[in-house]
Amino acid sequence: MPTTLERRLPPIAELAVVSVALMLSGGVYMAAHLPRHPPLAPAVGLLAGGGVLTVVAVVLLARIRPFAWATFFLVARWALLAYVVIAGILGFVFIYDHTRGATLAVLVLTLVVFALDVPMIMAFTVARYQDTGTSAPTAPR
Amino acid sequence: MTDLSDHVVTVSREAPPSEAANAQPPHGLEIVPLRGLPIVGLVLVGLVVTIATNELWAIDFFHIVGGGIWTALDLFLGFVIGPILGRLSIPARIEFTTRFMPKMVLIMPTLVICTLAGGWQLARHLGDLNASYSHHGWVVASFIVVAVMAVVALGVLEPANIAVLFELRKPEPKPEIIGRLMRRFIFTAGITGAMQVATLVIMTRLATT
Repeated sequence: MPTTLERRLPPIAELAVVSVALMLSGGVYMAAHLPRHPPLAPAVGLLAGGGVLTVVAVVLLARIRPFAWATFFLVARWALLAYVVIAGILGFVFIYDHTRGATLAVLVLTLVVFALDVPMIMAFTVARYQDTGTSAPTAPR
Repeated sequence: MTDLSDHVVTVSREAPPSEAANAQPPHGLEIVPLRGLPIVGLVLVGLVVTIATNELWAIDFFHIVGGGIWTALDLFLGFVIGPILGRLSIPARIEFTTRFMPKMVLIMPTLVICTLAGGWQLARHLGDLNASYSHHGWVVASFIVVAVMAVVALGVLEPANIAVLFELRKPEPKPEIIGRLMRRFIFTAGITGAMQVATLVIMTRLATT
């Protein structure tokens, strides 16, 4: 059995990082146009691209056997909590600034994909270096 | 940037295996310092209240203080601490890392969200977000710089930081894994440091023209 360093895993983190880059590109595009209503097609395209990459990453991740799932979920749930708070504050700012309708929907979905990608990257990066099967560390403090 | 990485590779190769094997992190290593969470919570509540009350001075305070500390930390980490860290012995690096990185897990995201949310609101109040603003291009450039930094920090730097801490919690941390992740950390800290120079240029342009 290869060691944690030798083991070849699917490019989960790479896919999620590209997805984050697409989400941020969409965010920059929208932010460059606000408070006006920008043409949404480019932002929707970036969102769709990032969403597809995230789904592919999740599917590839789910197929990995064996994997340090306990560690993965431990990191993922705390990171998700943190990034839901961060995305929530950004969402609050846009709503407070009277962003509405389709523009708001695209921004919120972009934040949702972003808030899923980052915990996945963190959790995967940590879990890939853990020994499988006996990976559950003590709870983070 | 390559130089930083090379330094670490050199040091890793020079470090005697026995030294690496003896490098033990302190027991009870905290990945997220619990004592800092109430402070982070207070800061974030303050940020939301500030935005909700449209208090221009407070919005400016969050943006300037958050951005100033964020920029200074990135520059210091990328160009001062990073190269020093690369030249330390593995036990010294581990000792520094176990004390330094958990704090960064709380500090950096808090600074970033305060800077971005405060900056966005400040730009909205000052009219800098309008496409008709004469320096709108510089504002958009700042968005792009932040986006690039975010990809590097969230995609590479922060995960490496957390992974190092998890490795150090093990009874027998693997020096090869720590070395690999630390190289990544130091390299990307250098990149974000360089990007912060661009931020300084953009922000001083916006403030003085």
